[in-house]
Amino acid sequence: MTMSKTDVVVIGGGLHGLSAALHLARAGKAVSILERSWVGRHASGATAAGVRTLNRHLAEVPISLEAMDMWHNIESIVGDHCGFHAHGQINVAEFESHLPVLQKRVSTMQAAGYDHEELIDRDELLRLVPTISPHVTAALIARGDGAADPHRTIAAFRRAAEAAGVAIIEGARVTAIERDRGDDWTIRTEVGTYAAPVVINVAGAWAADIAAMAGDDIPLGHKASMMIVTERIAPLLKPVVSVVGRPLSFKQSDQGTLVIGGGLQGKADIPAQKSFVDFNELAKGARAATDLFPCVGPLRIVRSWAGMEAKTEDYLPVIGVSPNVDGIYHVFGFSGHGFQLVPVVGAIMADLIVRGSTGRKIEAFAPSRLMEQRHVA
Amino acid sequence: MFKKIHDPSPNSVTVHVDGMPVCAEPGENAATVLLRQAELWVRTTPVSEKRRAPYCMMGVCFDCLALVDGALVQTCLAPVRDGMTIERQLGRRSVAS
Amino acid sequence: MTRRVDLLIVGAGPAGMSAAVAARQYGLDVLVVDEQPVPGGQIWRNIEAVCGTPREKILGKAYSEGLWTVRRFRASGAAYEPATQVWQIEPGPRVLMTRDKIASSVEAGAVLLATGAQERPAPFPGWTLPGVMTVGAAQIVIKTAGQIPDEPVWIAGSGPLPLLYAVQLLKAGGRIAGYLDTTQKGRWMSALPRFATAAAGAPLDMLKGILWLATLRRRVRYISNVSEIEAIGDNAMERLRYVTASGKSETVYARLLLVHEGLVPTIHPTLALGCTHQWNSDQDSYAADLDCWGETSQNGVFVAGDGAGIGGAKAACLRGEIAATGIALKAGVIDDQQAARLARPLRARLARALSARPFLDSLYRPRRSIFVPSDETVACRCEEVNVAGVRAEAARAGRPGPNQIKAFTRAGMGPCQGRQCNYTVANILADAEGRETPDVGLYRVRPPFKPLTLRELATLDSRDAG
Ligand SMILES: Cc1cc2nc3c(=O)[nH]c(=O)nc-3n(C[C@H](O)[C@H](O)[C@H](O)COP(=O)(O)OP(=O)(O)OC[C@H]3O[C@@H](n4cnc5c(N)ncnc54)[C@H](O)[C@@H]3O)c2cc1C
Ligand code: FES
Repeated sequence: MTMSKTDVVVIGGGLHGLSAALHLARAGKAVSILERSWVGRHASGATAAGVRTLNRHLAEVPISLEAMDMWHNIESIVGDHCGFHAHGQINVAEFESHLPVLQKRVSTMQAAGYDHEELIDRDELLRLVPTISPHVTAALIARGDGAADPHRTIAAFRRAAEAAGVAIIEGARVTAIERDRGDDWTIRTEVGTYAAPVVINVAGAWAADIAAMAGDDIPLGHKASMMIVTERIAPLLKPVVSVVGRPLSFKQSDQGTLVIGGGLQGKADIPAQKSFVDFNELAKGARAATDLFPCVGPLRIVRSWAGMEAKTEDYLPVIGVSPNVDGIYHVFGFSGHGFQLVPVVGAIMADLIVRGSTGRKIEAFAPSRLMEQRHVA
Repeated sequence: MFKKIHDPSPNSVTVHVDGMPVCAEPGENAATVLLRQAELWVRTTPVSEKRRAPYCMMGVCFDCLALVDGALVQTCLAPVRDGMTIERQLGRRSVAS
Repeated sequence: MTRRVDLLIVGAGPAGMSAAVAARQYGLDVLVVDEQPVPGGQIWRNIEAVCGTPREKILGKAYSEGLWTVRRFRASGAAYEPATQVWQIEPGPRVLMTRDKIASSVEAGAVLLATGAQERPAPFPGWTLPGVMTVGAAQIVIKTAGQIPDEPVWIAGSGPLPLLYAVQLLKAGGRIAGYLDTTQKGRWMSALPRFATAAAGAPLDMLKGILWLATLRRRVRYISNVSEIEAIGDNAMERLRYVTASGKSETVYARLLLVHEGLVPTIHPTLALGCTHQWNSDQDSYAADLDCWGETSQNGVFVAGDGAGIGGAKAACLRGEIAATGIALKAGVIDDQQAARLARPLRARLARALSARPFLDSLYRPRRSIFVPSDETVACRCEEVNVAGVRAEAARAGRPGPNQIKAFTRAGMGPCQGRQCNYTVANILADAEGRETPDVGLYRVRPPFKPLTLRELATLDSRDAG
């Protein structure tokens, strides 16, 4: 088999792989993406595609806000609007007792100097979402948030990456990463061998395996978040609605289907790349949806699934250079909320790899934080 | 488009197709009732709003979807009942009240 | 709120009913569910109501014979829950279903899927227009409603079913504008070597077929070797265009066209469950991989009847009895030797019941355009994606599979969940990529595999909590 030489090898053809490759290619690097099955096969294709700053961990807020600016200009970045609409994300308090949760969040954000999340009363909530059950009391809103179309987003990032010169190799499962001569890593796949001084590990739920191949031991859990899609209906609501204390994220796609998620967990067999819907769990989501929107009760569920993704102990992603081995970068562990961060994380990778540093705040995401914990324990 | 080959049954029931009362027989389903109506179609699609009519009559094509007592169901799987309402569905249905 | 039974049978057609009767004789506790309101399956639909009416004569002896099986089933002591839809099966096996808008689950020692077959999706330009229906659908309309077309109808297709329906329609006083036989030119020659076996094993059936053919050729306009059809119209079908193998083309007035290109086993439930499947090149379709008792690759899940491979009612009954025997063996009610002894005569009869199959499969092998239709043909009826759209996506990235096509074109994402476009997309990809259809694979089937509303799913939550 021939050996292909390139500047950067990206392992994983999800959205984060595409975004990193796109930004690096635009910065002049020769990049190859190695994808085991096909681009967008896993979390990036299974995602709810919520574009949310609302209720993010404080450590994520700076890059999330920058990502939001990028989403509002996504067409200028990837040449397509990606089905993105900024109709807001709303976190609803059903009962009076849930109000303090929202109030506390608002004051935390204000104290940190952020004003993109605001508390709205019941009247404003009913004005924005007239079809919601009237038993609700108040809500937290991020008006600039929204949602996108995941497959359209994948197609757009892919086209843009390819136009920038990125080589995408699908059906290429990485089986070994070795450092034998010089500064290059040798990356072996089932269909060919690649050499590059820089490797980005964006292998989603399987990133710990790739890290281990390169010599990094990063403990990683996983999620198998479930989604429901209904039949297509006439316009029902515009914002994305979630609710305090219940597993629900509720929105309508451009096609008219309702897309219902909220982090309910199915089951996954990560090594076998298989995930399973747990209907007893999913029933809780259906109950929450029909409680908040009683009119959707008679809608048919057209399909449901569980998507696999890596989860870290602190639910924050891993973004950064390996503390142990030269030229290995890790980008994974988005713990169920990485879609929104896609455009900015690619830019961060270009900073780190081309300039050697970044002005963006990523300290909280250092891979070493998880690795050190392991050593102490 | 279709007609009965036997005389009306003595124990027939009444269903309402788009508001009009029509006779139906126990044992048949909403789709066979719709197939007897003057115009052969049961819905327009949610994608391009083109007309469709029952195609398979055994629950696999979903082209017979129409509103039965307010729910959008496969009419070929919906046995008739006295007083049942059957409405043709135009495009995407609205559930907002 | 989970119930438990020894055997849960999905489908009260020939296979399901026969299996229930046999399993009851083995002393098993049996629950049979079916989405239809009455037992009989597709072939014996509504038989209890039709028997004794003039319609029984029209439908013929093979139909009336079903009454005997339905009566034995009714008397068997098996619990029977009609109007119930099974929408997911999990390893265990555990079966999730809905009845009267309430979802519930049943844990079963074994599950037998006797869910039969569907007509092979046979796309052609205009096949979504009102006025185009399948022959099977028209026959179901006679059985359930005593209804026939009120004007002369066109029939286009190949196989025993359109012949049978045409004859039934004439008996019922219906009129046929024309019969377009789409059996490919030359198939008779290829099928001939298998004729002797068929004639020896099922002489009466073969004779019946020949008589039907003779009746039709005598009484209706019969056009052989039709290679292409197209339904034309705006809001409904207005005209029919057909082309024969010799290149003769005609466009005729037509308001109703009935089509049929054979049957394919129902595989949605076993796909959803993750069972392994095998490609049957004689029937150009998949069926779940089964052992000699009909057990799939998933422990405790069995398939019998046309779901195991197209074989007709007699074979379905026998496969049902064989599966029941295997299930009794697995349950420890009988031992290996007993099971083998009991199954031997059943297997012999099954072989006889299937003896005409190779001949029929070979004779009625669909023409190529059924698998790879012209560009303007709608491939996915639900999401209205045409063949050209699938081809364009296939050409874009290297060798995409059906799941990529689904993600990026929406073909297969609609309410029928790919039941009408799964094979078509696989065949188009195989054609575009120079691969064999079985190498391309099928869409992943996402649960629930039968319609379920949000409110129905929510009932599962309250009931299991309570
Ligand atoms: C159901 C669900 C709902 C979600 N909802 C939201 C939301 O509303 N908002 C939000 O911001 N985020 C959401 N997320 C999270 C977001 O979708 C993910 O964070 C993001 O898509 C992750 O992208 P990725 O590229 O890291 O992972 P993936 O898309 O999983 O990509 C990893 C790729 O690596 C490949 N790979 C693995 N091992 C190898 C190997 N050995 N060789 C080669 N290739 C390999 C895999 O095949 C895969 O294609 C959700 C996730 C899920 C599952
Ligand atoms: S006519 Fe096909 S599902 Fe009813």
